[in-house]
Amino acid sequence: MNSTETKARRKSSSDASLQGEPRRKSGLLPFRKKTVVFGSWIWAFPSLAAVAVIHYYATYVGGSYAFTDFNGISDANWVGLDNFIRIGTDPQTMGAIGNTFFIAVIYFIGVNIIGLGLALALNRGLKTRYFLRVLMFLPVVLSSLAVSYIFKFIFDFEGPLNKVLMALGQEPKLWLGDTDTAIWTIIIVAVWQNAGLGMVIYLAGLATVPPELEESAAIDGAGVFQRFWHITLPMIQPAVAITTTLSLLTGLRIFDQVVAMTGGGPFGATDTMSTVIYRITFEYSDFGYGTALATVFAIVLAFAAALQLFITKDRSGK
Amino acid sequence: MFRYTKWTLLREVLVWIVALFMLLPLYLLINNSLKDSITSITDPLGLVVTPDFGNFVTVLESTYAGSLPLGMLNSFIITAVGVSILVVFGSMTAYVLARRTSKVSKVTFYLILVGIIVPAQLGIVPIYVFARSVGLLGSVWGLGIIYGMMLMPLSVFLYAGFVRSLPTDYEEAAFIDGSSRFNTFRKIVFPLLSPATGTVAILGGIIMWNDFFTPLIFLNNSVSPTIALVVYSYAANPVLIEWNLVFALLILAMIPITILYLIFQKRFIQGFSGGIKS
Repeated sequence: MNSTETKARRKSSSDASLQGEPRRKSGLLPFRKKTVVFGSWIWAFPSLAAVAVIHYYATYVGGSYAFTDFNGISDANWVGLDNFIRIGTDPQTMGAIGNTFFIAVIYFIGVNIIGLGLALALNRGLKTRYFLRVLMFLPVVLSSLAVSYIFKFIFDFEGPLNKVLMALGQEPKLWLGDTDTAIWTIIIVAVWQNAGLGMVIYLAGLATVPPELEESAAIDGAGVFQRFWHITLPMIQPAVAITTTLSLLTGLRIFDQVVAMTGGGPFGATDTMSTVIYRITFEYSDFGYGTALATVFAIVLAFAAALQLFITKDRSGK
Repeated sequence: MFRYTKWTLLREVLVWIVALFMLLPLYLLINNSLKDSITSITDPLGLVVTPDFGNFVTVLESTYAGSLPLGMLNSFIITAVGVSILVVFGSMTAYVLARRTSKVSKVTFYLILVGIIVPAQLGIVPIYVFARSVGLLGSVWGLGIIYGMMLMPLSVFLYAGFVRSLPTDYEEAAFIDGSSRFNTFRKIVFPLLSPATGTVAILGGIIMWNDFFTPLIFLNNSVSPTIALVVYSYAANPVLIEWNLVFALLILAMIPITILYLIFQKRFIQGFSGGIKS
């Protein structure tokens, strides 16, 4: 018993020496007050190296491709800002940037309004609220590619939506093949799938609002909307910040839905930055132009995240 | 206190109508996977009269979708490798960074968090070029490791938030009893971190299991597809789309995650809404 104890002390003593403390003979240890040391930097090394390589170094190298005509095989030549200038003069790419913002904004509004609405409806009172939460969240865990194919069927010219319209005496529409409606089909599938995610984050926020607070406000004569605006909304501030930021970034990154449903068509009407970057880089092997676009995309995403966090920052001074 | 009034009942009925409307696509999915190819087009909304489970067999015997079991195995390997990396290295890194109060650890922590926002599209190009040059394209193990590295910032963020909420008492007691730092972590801290481990495994696991973009780059046209690639190569085949067969494949592809979700629904929902508490 005694010997194992000494062994352990000796071990911790040698561990401490790694932290730059002077090495002491184990016999002296009991007389010296020591503080606990938490872990070792060596433990963090693999992750730090991984993040440095994958996130920093690779992003740096990818960004440096943007100034070349690299095609993945032959040697890269420095072309300066040519790739970035090409973005501005390429109607296909400019259209995709416009589509990306359009999708992101509508998706952002949809997920937040529907998510918050569902959360408020399912927060308290309803007998079946737990069951409904589980049902409404189900699409979130499914593959967005698989989900998109269900909607491709729904919006198909011979699909159920047109069947219903025809039964109501309306003209069937080419939803996926019409430049006006195709982008909306992408937004609808994305919102449908992720509204449940907004819901659960808002529900977690609403759980922090004590019911007594709302009750006392109600007794003081505050209406439903007043209570929501002055009590509930300020208290679920963290949930608002998370859901808005998350949905903005997800909306800007839409990829699977487009590939599954429209392939970017008709005539680029549903192309997004992600699909264009994928096509240019990995299908056309135009790594220079592709990474130039990806660089712009990265800046847009970082800017959107920073702006969103700044707007929804908690200013109540807590 | 709260009373169940007729207004609550009305609200309950309204929410159910919304819920049923939202679940309509899933009804169409299941319903039409059991029909023949003609009825799924002529009458997609009507409830199936004679369910035909043969579609599930047909689809597994077809050229493209036949590799679904292989795709599931690959997706499983990738997810298992990735989640293991996230749990082992993420927890240790977060522990060191969250427990140490030096400026270096704080700055390091924020430098890691930047990785959550940096989009993958830019860094993935050099990784692709590198993987191609060393022959790692098409390797499921390689993709699992790449995922583990790519999602590491998320794992460190989730673990660190949880470590900060733990008191240091246990570690101090273990230290006084002469436990080594690694043993303290392995036997005392790590078990205490199990809620965070659950969150990391669920979030990371779902991201990897459902991802389409990354396998499309690293495994496309290889002999080792993931589930998403099997679905894509079958459903995107423009020659002849038979929706009943596509839907049968989609259901098979969705079954594993749906079952896991229904068993652990509470943990899943907590995992997704968990970031808010840390």
